[in-house]
Amino acid sequence: MDAPPLSAPLNIGFDYTRSLGPVLSRFMTGLRERRVLGSRTADGRVHVPPLEYDPVTHAPVTELVGVRPTGTVRSWTWTDRPLDGQPLDRPFGWALILLDGADTALLHAVDAGARDRMHTGLRVRIRWAAQRSGHIRDIECFEPDSGEPFPQAEPDSAEPVTVMTTPIRLSYTHTTSADESRYLRALAEGRLLGQRCPVCHKVYVPPRVCPADGVPTQEEVTVHDHGTVTTFCVVNVPFAGQRLEPPYVVAQILLDGADIPIPHLIVGLPADQVRMGMRVAAVWRDPQSWTTTPENIAHFRPTGEPDSPYESYREHL
Amino acid sequence: MSTPEVAVIGFAQAPCLPSAGTTSGVETLVPIFQRALAAAGLDRREVDFWCSGSSDYLAGRAFSFVNAVDAIGAYPPICESHVEMDAAWAFYEAYVKILAGEAETALVYGFGKSSAGLLRRVLALQLDPYVTAPLWPDSVSVAALQARFALDAGIVTERAMAEVAARSRADAAANPYAQISGVFKIDELLDAPYLADPLRAHDCAPVSDGAAALVLAAGERARRQPRRAWISGVAHRIDPQGLGERDLTRVPSATAAAEAAGLPGDLDVAELHAPFTHQELLLRAALGLGDRVRINPSGGALCGNPMFSAGLARIGAAAEQVMSGRARKAAGHATSGPALQQNLVCVLEAK
Repeated sequence: MDAPPLSAPLNIGFDYTRSLGPVLSRFMTGLRERRVLGSRTADGRVHVPPLEYDPVTHAPVTELVGVRPTGTVRSWTWTDRPLDGQPLDRPFGWALILLDGADTALLHAVDAGARDRMHTGLRVRIRWAAQRSGHIRDIECFEPDSGEPFPQAEPDSAEPVTVMTTPIRLSYTHTTSADESRYLRALAEGRLLGQRCPVCHKVYVPPRVCPADGVPTQEEVTVHDHGTVTTFCVVNVPFAGQRLEPPYVVAQILLDGADIPIPHLIVGLPADQVRMGMRVAAVWRDPQSWTTTPENIAHFRPTGEPDSPYESYREHL
Repeated sequence: MSTPEVAVIGFAQAPCLPSAGTTSGVETLVPIFQRALAAAGLDRREVDFWCSGSSDYLAGRAFSFVNAVDAIGAYPPICESHVEMDAAWAFYEAYVKILAGEAETALVYGFGKSSAGLLRRVLALQLDPYVTAPLWPDSVSVAALQARFALDAGIVTERAMAEVAARSRADAAANPYAQISGVFKIDELLDAPYLADPLRAHDCAPVSDGAAALVLAAGERARRQPRRAWISGVAHRIDPQGLGERDLTRVPSATAAAEAAGLPGDLDVAELHAPFTHQELLLRAALGLGDRVRINPSGGALCGNPMFSAGLARIGAAAEQVMSGRARKAAGHATSGPALQQNLVCVLEAK
């Protein structure tokens, strides 16, 4: 019985920047100045958030009108345990809120304190964020309406908001296949493991379902840590997180006994001397540091053997 | 030139599990391709067109659908396509491909490891990216807002919602691929705490890993196979994206899709893709399904909801009802987007 497949946390993030266009630009600029604008369509209805095109006439929407920062809860739910990124980090209500002067409801959070205070028909008001940039999060949240006066909206500024940035952060658990797990566990022991397809007999490193035949590979094959450069590129462009100083070489290396090359670094000679067919060998890190990762091999180095003839690897390009 | 007839000739699915398999899904797909093709009596090389539904957001991997092509055995080169939606929409693409005469057979598949991330949070990213997604409203909360509207309007009750859950779980006992099944008392279900008021755990589909594959063939090709369910109509429609832009208690896109697909009045069975109990009740009203129509004999998405294949699995389950002779006319329904925004209806007949 195999050990369970390996898994590891995978956290990814990207700051999405989006151009706003004429309607959303005015809407977001308005939020920055503590005013809410809705779009008026040909039927006279006021949409908040605004629509860019009239859903009936399909004409671009040009008329934006101000609505009140107060409104009525049309529907709601309650969140006991807020998730990362949500407007509040304590229990709160989600609500669809019809702002006074609008004909469509806006989704946002209501800081009601307790579930018992939420109900359909609840009167709420905007709580503006202290720092505003022209973003939907300029509305920090809504709160039950106290009836207190609002601070004055700021006068129109000269600089409209034209781009909004939204950071997206996602957390996953990445899980390998049973085959990949065996490969990674063998790497932790300093071995390179392949598996042979029962149909075409090709050896895949790392092991995978045979992409040519669509069948699982089963027979384990130990491959050597020596191989042949099939093709390569010289990296001249610096990028975030880069570990080597450009120029350096990333090559496809066909390990002896394998039928599919693996990508790795070539170190030990100037980038402009790396060539197709060059014989290379793995340079392993200190065995004390080995774990279930291909990074146990620091890079490949030239062996000085004669180059392999093109015919020996042309099927693997 | 007459329009070719198209039939479902094979279907297979993986068991719905709370956590299963790799993030890539390849190992899950290999056996269900084999089973679906065996049921259809086809070799993989006889498949003219392959089409899949999946999303990279589900497992946080770029080009996961390209990775999944390994499971096909794409040599010699194949004709392949992909939709970033439930595979029911890949099914639609394959159906049109066959109608257009560009393929005689097709295999449609959907897959995904819903458990790789926090699914209800990941699904916030399908919402409007300017005014809604930056607030991260989770999919269960969005569904709860819809349920509240329906409760306030007197269209559904919490008891009727619990009855949907109890019936689904009882039916799922006969479905070996279901994740949740068994006999539950309505009053005990209603005693449970709210997950997202007014939704309780039984109102929400579980998070499921899984996959499904379905084989289509045209005319004579389908007639040669042992079992088939003829497609008499398929259509899909969409409602506005803004959650405040539509009446969330109605599903006009489902009604329009049913009309365009020619949903018959004498339907025997409907497999509805309703990941929340109140959504089944809204869909039954939108599709005009009366009491004599058997709803979700498989237990439905409430008993196993693998993202990107649960909708295709509804079509497959409806087709199996016809292929097995249990129904003469069946409908498969799929939904996509928040709060039943987009809907597809497929009508299947024995003929």
